[in-house]
Amino acid sequence: MKRYLCIMRKPAHSGNSVQEMLDIVLTAAAFDQPVSILLLDDAVFHLKHGQSPEKLALKDTAAIFKALEIYDVTEIHIEQESLQERGLKTTDLCLPVRLVARNAVAGLVKQFDVIFAG
Amino acid sequence: MKFALQINSSPYQSNVAYSAYLFIKALLAQGHQVFRVFFYQEGIYHAFKHNTPPDDEVHFTQLWSQLAEQHHIDLVVCISAAQRRGLLCADEAARQGKHDNDIAEGFRISGLGQLIEATLEADRFIVFG
Repeated sequence: MKRYLCIMRKPAHSGNSVQEMLDIVLTAAAFDQPVSILLLDDAVFHLKHGQSPEKLALKDTAAIFKALEIYDVTEIHIEQESLQERGLKTTDLCLPVRLVARNAVAGLVKQFDVIFAG
Repeated sequence: MKFALQINSSPYQSNVAYSAYLFIKALLAQGHQVFRVFFYQEGIYHAFKHNTPPDDEVHFTQLWSQLAEQHHIDLVVCISAAQRRGLLCADEAARQGKHDNDIAEGFRISGLGQLIEATLEADRFIVFG
């Protein structure tokens, strides 16, 4: 068994890469591996309440994040400074998250065996 | 050491895949094992056998095919990423009622499970792009 961390930096609805990263999350979870997610920079918008993806041609990725619990993916880390810089609070988000300070990110990443970044 | 790689960018999107190629050559020269390269996202375009660059440019698809042949490296193209972008192997094309046969020599189409399996088996797993 290895511990997986998927790091996302791009905002929701910025192309298909988010969907394809989530496919990796789901596949690793299907292999019964522990998977965590870390949202940095504009990726904090993934969990923002009140998205209207139906107005775009892209999938509702927030809905996929909400479904991750079914696959035992419950550890979603979010960088505190990235949230603050964008004027967001945890109450603006649609899922419970674990806040991590910017200076603690490197320490967090070290806890994992396999890192997917995108 | 056993290495596995993932490549996410297309031949003309960035130079990252060529860096991956040079990295693999360096690994092999030092006696390491590279057992799988997984082509994902825009990286699937490396497997497109109809890529036809001018003669004075690097032919990435051919480089990969030669590498697979010479060093028995498993070049896997993600099926869902490939299908989204219209890259079909003959079997899949037939199932979809199409006539494509787009996959270059040395590549094979498979699922994301092959990526996770590679990360589990490898001592080092590196994402390019």
